[in-house]
Amino acid sequence: MTSPGSILIVGASAAGLSTAEALRRHGYQGRLTFLDAEPHLPYDRPPLSKQLLSGAWEPPRVQLRGQAQLDALHAEFVLGEPAVALDPAERAVTTVSGRVLRGDVVVIATGLTPLRLPGQDHLEGVHVLRALDDALALRHALSAGTRLVVVGEGVLGAEIAATARTLNLEVTLAGMGGTLLNDQLGQVIGAMLAEKHAERGVRLRLGVAIEELTGAAGRVTGVRPASGEFLPADMVVVAIGSRPATGWLEGSGLPLGDGVECDSRCRAAEGVYAVGDVASFQHEGLGRRLRLENRTNATEQAQVVAANILGADRPYTPIPYFWTDQYDVKIQAHGLPSAAAKVTIADGDVAQGRFTALYQEGGQVTAVLGWNMPKQARLLRQQVLGAWQDTPRLATA
Amino acid sequence: MKITVDEAKCCGAGQCVLIAPEVFDQRDDDGIVVLLQPEPDEAQHAAVREAAAVCPAAAIDLSEHP
Ligand SMILES: Cc1cc2nc3c(=O)[nH]c(=O)nc-3n(C[C@H](O)[C@H](O)[C@H](O)COP(=O)(O)OP(=O)(O)OC[C@H]3O[C@@H](n4cnc5c(N)ncnc54)[C@H](O)[C@@H]3O)c2cc1C
Ligand code: SF4
Repeated sequence: MTSPGSILIVGASAAGLSTAEALRRHGYQGRLTFLDAEPHLPYDRPPLSKQLLSGAWEPPRVQLRGQAQLDALHAEFVLGEPAVALDPAERAVTTVSGRVLRGDVVVIATGLTPLRLPGQDHLEGVHVLRALDDALALRHALSAGTRLVVVGEGVLGAEIAATARTLNLEVTLAGMGGTLLNDQLGQVIGAMLAEKHAERGVRLRLGVAIEELTGAAGRVTGVRPASGEFLPADMVVVAIGSRPATGWLEGSGLPLGDGVECDSRCRAAEGVYAVGDVASFQHEGLGRRLRLENRTNATEQAQVVAANILGADRPYTPIPYFWTDQYDVKIQAHGLPSAAAKVTIADGDVAQGRFTALYQEGGQVTAVLGWNMPKQARLLRQQVLGAWQDTPRLATA
Repeated sequence: MKITVDEAKCCGAGQCVLIAPEVFDQRDDDGIVVLLQPEPDEAQHAAVREAAAVCPAAAIDLSEHP
């Protein structure tokens, strides 16, 4: 295959930017264009619920690259302009203003859209957290209010609750799961996290469905779970999960299921690739489809997408990895932890707040977790999960 | 090539160590990156560039000028 003459990347964030950088690093000299709905140059999202929300960092700190590095990419940035349609055969993307951008190759890197509760858009004081502007709005609200209710007991909700507690707000964390992060990390670790939050003064309301936001004069006044109890609030964060941002691809004919459905090469159609949170791919090591919502996946998948655009024909077979920081706890998870797995402590001491744990299903180790033991967790990962990953490293391939 | 790392950004992922173990390590206690070779040999350059690209915290900065 000959190298394409022009590449259009829709979504100028972690995955899109990493794809562009990898393309240049591997000698691609053609045109590169980014299109993004947001007005900002590429920035990083993990700090939005942590250092940026707490006020420890200001927005320039979350920029992914400095101006000199962006200049060196020789790319055009079309910002503040959402894509509304894709014609895969022509590889043409139409934007909201009617502009049409084309590429010999189109890369879809549009990430996720947060889910909302019915009626929330009509109430002031209700927030979601996905973008920099969301984070700044929430940070401002936290500095002005005193009572926060976070709806959603997953990783994002728990991080926001932790950050708000360190800012001394009254925080209630409510969600449907029986414990914190149950879907992501299971009951054993989830219960330890819940204990941490309770210790730090977060009011937990778990195992309750949130039916209703209450408001007066257009402003939120609280949350009413199905249990009937009223949780008063000056502001509410809705962190009940997200959906792949594929609305603009409806009608394109691309296979859309849980995200853009790609093959094991991260290709959705001839000349069309998807990368990052929006991309569902066939994992050859696991023999099934996977879509990952984490920061490491964005950059790792980008390496493979870039190589394949340039003709490499390489499957993407990652060992998934994510981290979360809450109070003084840094959790690192390698592999596919699940609520169904049996969890055993491998090393360290739970009482001391430093340990590693193994997740096992059907006699197989499926994940390794570090609780304030990042290096040890990584070493363990290599011992027990190495077989999944048969992608040769780009640098050595 | 000259490498600098921002310890405050590093989240201890260890991706850099997996890719270029001769250049990067992690502290035992908190997993923060340790730079073993701030000016690595030519033979390491490709791996170091990939490590910088893959670092999920954008904590590794390279200046390519000699
Ligand atoms: C608050 C927060 C905290 C997080 N913390 C962690 C963490 O601790 N650890 C971890 O591993 N992961 C974390 N993540 C997840 C991580 O940030 C994501 O996995 C990563 O950002 C995915 O990168 P991406 O480029 O695929 O998508 P995104 O970063 O979501 O970027 C998608 C881009 O596409 C643009 N876009 C969307 N629709 C359109 C359209 N129609 N037209 C044009 N542009 C469009 C968006 O504006 C956006 O810039 C966190 C995420 C958030 C939001
Ligand atoms: S890859 Fe980046 S975040 Fe991870 S240990 Fe290395 S420098 Fe730190």
